[in-house]
Amino acid sequence: MTEPVLNTSPKTWDEVKTTTCYMCACRCGIKVYLKDGTVKYIEGNRDHPVNKGVICGKGASGIMQHYSPARLSKPLIRVGERGSGEFREIEWEEALRTATLWLSEVRNSDPKKLAFFTGRDQSQGLTGWWATQFGTPNYAAHGGFCSVNMAAAGLYTFGGSFWEFGEPDWKHTKYFLLFGVAEDHASNPIKTGLGKLKARGAKVVSINPIRTGYSAIADEWIGIRPGTDGLFVGALIHELLSAQKIDGDYLQRYTNAPWLVIENPGGADDGLFARTAQGSALVLDHHSGTPMPALSPDALPRLMGRFKLPDGRRVVTSFQLIAERFLSPDWAPEAVTARCGVPAATIRRIAAELAEVAFSQQVELDIPWTDHLGRFHEKTVGRPVSMHAMRGISAHANGFQTCRTLHLLQIILGTIDVPGGFRYKPPFPKPAPPGVKPAGKPGQVKPNTPLPGPPLGFVTSPDDLLIDADGHPQRIDKAYSWDAPLAAHGMMHMVITNAAKKDPYGIDVLFMYMVNMSWNSAMNVPDTLKYLTQKDPATGDYTIPRIIYSDAYASEMVHYADLILPDTTYLERWDCISLLDRPISEADGPADSIRQPVVEPDRDVRPFQEVLLDLGARLGLPGMTRTDGSPRYPGGYADYIVNHERAPGLGPLAGFRGSNGKAQGRGAPNPEQLQHYIDNGCHWFYELPDHMKYYRHVNWAYLDWATFFGFVGKPDPIIHQLYCEPLQKFRLAAAGHGKVVPPEAHRARIRDHFDPIPFWYPPFEGQMVSEAEYPMHAVTQRPMAMYHSWGSQNAWLRQILGRNWLYMARERAGELGIADGDWVTVTSHHGMIKAQAKLMDGVNPDTAWTWNAIGKRAGAWGLSPDAPEAKKGFLLNHLISELLPEREGGYRYSNSDPVTGQAAWYDLRVRIEKAAGQEPVSAPQFATLKKLKRAK
Amino acid sequence: MTSLPPPASKKLGLVIDLDTCVGCQACVTSCKEWNTQGYSAPLSDYDPYGSDPDGVWLNRVHGYEVREQGQDQTRIVHFPRSCLHCETPACVTVCPTGASYKRAEDGIVLVNPDTCIGCKLCSWACPYGAREYDLAQGVMKKCTLCVDRIYNENLEPEDRQPACVKACPTGARHFGDLGDPASPVSQLVAERGGYDLLPEMGYRPVNKYLPPRARRDATNTSNTELPKPDGSAFDRLFAWADRLLSAKAGASKPDLTDYSGKLEG
Repeated sequence: MTEPVLNTSPKTWDEVKTTTCYMCACRCGIKVYLKDGTVKYIEGNRDHPVNKGVICGKGASGIMQHYSPARLSKPLIRVGERGSGEFREIEWEEALRTATLWLSEVRNSDPKKLAFFTGRDQSQGLTGWWATQFGTPNYAAHGGFCSVNMAAAGLYTFGGSFWEFGEPDWKHTKYFLLFGVAEDHASNPIKTGLGKLKARGAKVVSINPIRTGYSAIADEWIGIRPGTDGLFVGALIHELLSAQKIDGDYLQRYTNAPWLVIENPGGADDGLFARTAQGSALVLDHHSGTPMPALSPDALPRLMGRFKLPDGRRVVTSFQLIAERFLSPDWAPEAVTARCGVPAATIRRIAAELAEVAFSQQVELDIPWTDHLGRFHEKTVGRPVSMHAMRGISAHANGFQTCRTLHLLQIILGTIDVPGGFRYKPPFPKPAPPGVKPAGKPGQVKPNTPLPGPPLGFVTSPDDLLIDADGHPQRIDKAYSWDAPLAAHGMMHMVITNAAKKDPYGIDVLFMYMVNMSWNSAMNVPDTLKYLTQKDPATGDYTIPRIIYSDAYASEMVHYADLILPDTTYLERWDCISLLDRPISEADGPADSIRQPVVEPDRDVRPFQEVLLDLGARLGLPGMTRTDGSPRYPGGYADYIVNHERAPGLGPLAGFRGSNGKAQGRGAPNPEQLQHYIDNGCHWFYELPDHMKYYRHVNWAYLDWATFFGFVGKPDPIIHQLYCEPLQKFRLAAAGHGKVVPPEAHRARIRDHFDPIPFWYPPFEGQMVSEAEYPMHAVTQRPMAMYHSWGSQNAWLRQILGRNWLYMARERAGELGIADGDWVTVTSHHGMIKAQAKLMDGVNPDTAWTWNAIGKRAGAWGLSPDAPEAKKGFLLNHLISELLPEREGGYRYSNSDPVTGQAAWYDLRVRIEKAAGQEPVSAPQFATLKKLKRAK
Repeated sequence: MTSLPPPASKKLGLVIDLDTCVGCQACVTSCKEWNTQGYSAPLSDYDPYGSDPDGVWLNRVHGYEVREQGQDQTRIVHFPRSCLHCETPACVTVCPTGASYKRAEDGIVLVNPDTCIGCKLCSWACPYGAREYDLAQGVMKKCTLCVDRIYNENLEPEDRQPACVKACPTGARHFGDLGDPASPVSQLVAERGGYDLLPEMGYRPVNKYLPPRARRDATNTSNTELPKPDGSAFDRLFAWADRLLSAKAGASKPDLTDYSGKLEG
């Protein structure tokens, strides 16, 4: 039989364009194959620094995202009641005029009555600046309910953090600890890294209650109990300190371990660093036996000891205090094993393995470098132990201190920005913490006036809080108040509740972008829906009078807005992935990238960023208008990307600047810049020379260069803050010291949680509800092929995962009389859901879990109302209260970390029982959302 | 029934590493998007936005929780499943029309959609569940090893590999000539103990799977711990800090520190 003739070189495309993916926050480079203007195929871009040619399950399904029937097609204005889905299609001019009218009323009277919150967007450089120009402090993106604990703990400790702030040295690491769920942060870079580690024979240890995803291929899985990672890590520190397996040189030179802390119990300076008149912290120099400024090149600082300064003050080194804490028997493996659910022998063995790799297998690269004090180092030496953590650490009320404990472990091993350790990605390191303070104090919010600074920043003492003279919050979400003093990413999860309760005050307009706050992004969905539709009996108007929402898709949130501004898909827009925003840099150097429109929208939609600039011009915001009142960026977002400057020569994109396009980092705007990016595959990457690739927190050459690039204000070393003095300033305030002190009711909470040395406390929900009544933990994991709520509208991805189950340990289920496939009720102190159980062994026995954001509300996302996502899928969100149970005095704090305001999603405690009714439908079921007009 | 070509020396196929597959589905959707516009186009979807979404895929990844003998902990293994391009494939010999065939040149097993009558005998014959019948098209679909990519002169040479291999973020998928013992894929198989699925069936699959590497946890690591001499750990740490200083200060330097506030308690 003859074979058919085959064309093995078909050309099924007529054009290939590069751009940047948007199926998650990795932002991989992609190549889009087009035929007659239709998207045919999307693959990873081999030349791109982030993904180097690979792509993930979501990215390769981008076509179905782009052509989703859930796409919105025209601006809408609500004509029925909120939630009814009754909208009228309007023209863009009417939509923009309406928005301008609503927003200008607010800006003319009291700009803080606008709450402007964005979701997982990647243009916070623009949106934050817009909020500043508008003059409202009520701005944030989604970081407060994502991972601010991780970001803040890292930034306050070593001027970097996990995820887009840094990454393990995949090339040299020999021992890798992965804490908690990480499958969506980061996606391809971690997968690629794990592949490299496994190929090299490096050991991968996963600490996660659930053994799925990346944990599945770990050499060792430690099925820890949720919320106890801090104890596990502290016990590792205990073991290492007990055996003196710590990097003394690193601690002495690059950390505040030797800095002298004043011991003056009851005094206003107790626990602060002893400083020179010029403000430099002191160390005790071993040569002279006298205190010297910490950065003196000649000082040989003592790491331990208590001393008396010449002026009579008693001081102790930071490290002594740290050692006293962690050498205590409270931190011994035997003392934590029961709470963690990890055998003491395992903890001891992991500590021994860490010590062996760190101190017997050090990596030496033939790269000479010079440190901040001018000391020349012939080689670049590192301890090849690295770590990564994300939401599993972050999403607990003890997450900030737990993450600080983790950084303490990294630092005593001397593994930050060294070969084989954890490496910064530029623009990090930044000063610890970065110097920018939040604006929005009383008197800084004025009609028709921009804020004097950005709404988000880093407080270093109570003086920086956004509170009034009586200690009341100034922001709608209570960020930067005594409720959450270091809320560096805001607290979006509190906005709707607080606005509905007018606590601290009511707002006039809620303006949101790309965040599903009536569904999977909200804690307590049932009450959130109530708040969104609640009316003021006096006026008959909604308590949140106006809601403007922009999204590309018919998410659950659309039905609860009054004015819908339909966004484009990611293939129809300009974007910049900027170093001023959430960077995509590599450890080897800074990178940024753009999206270019590879297809034209076939609907009457506009990119949100374009709309925001248009609104800014219509409102006359100073940065967005010229003196004659005309728009500053008539060419829209592309115009802004190229021509906006934050400081002379510094703009959204660092590459191809200057009139000839040859300047990097700093240079005049280049009108041809976007074309340069397109010619270069839509990205720019600057590889640092070898001597600037490590020890960058103290690397003289790097810090000089980073100053030129605008990453740091001046080339000062970034000394790791093991002892966090800003926290102590809050504790002193709680003891009544200083100008700004907390009201009596807040004092104990501040005193107890603002410990300058990392520590552990049980998650709040566990402390406040009965463990006997709610004996189990319930958490979510992230499926690698889904990103938040976007995935399950995707025709291909929903075939892979169209519904979720409640997974639990086989043995525990057996004790509870629950069989595989049974429908069960899951009850928290706040609510109850019904879900279908699946049994497995690779899960901590006290933990039940499910995939995040698979459950959909019937009628949303262009799916048929009987879609499995709606009928069998479910959310844990309904069980999670955004408020903690009442404390003495009746006040209810938010269900958040007391330091940063991070939403404590994973503190949830539940009881699981076989459901009385076994009909195969999840509960609760909400009324089916009315179908919106479909795009063609 | 359809006859097989004489054995060829070139045996193109995949080597799939079960040690590093994290089950991310990148290969699955990359395969779908290439092939729904490639040789097997289209790969139909049924009820894509409805109550029972389903469709044709040439490559699927399944996750299994397995307990190995003598292990307390289970392991989750992600198992990618697609056509193994067998050397003696029953799916070809069973085909009544010659639509199913094995290419003489490189051993790729293909279905000719023009002559496939959709009788499904081949999918019954395949013990690996690698073939999927396209209800909407009425023909059988299967992995083509991206025959329209691997020789495609319109693609850059580096891109001439199956879409699944190009996509895989962990590097768990490898493509090459398993008929050539010197090829990188053959060497990988030799090095890692790559194996055939269901060898007892006798179809001699070309694709190989690499087994998960031995785990290195409590079950096979000696339970070491750091030494714990008698006495106070705190005193030892203090002594360590002192040694650190004297090593740097040099033996000749006297310690001039006035320890008036020396460790209290």
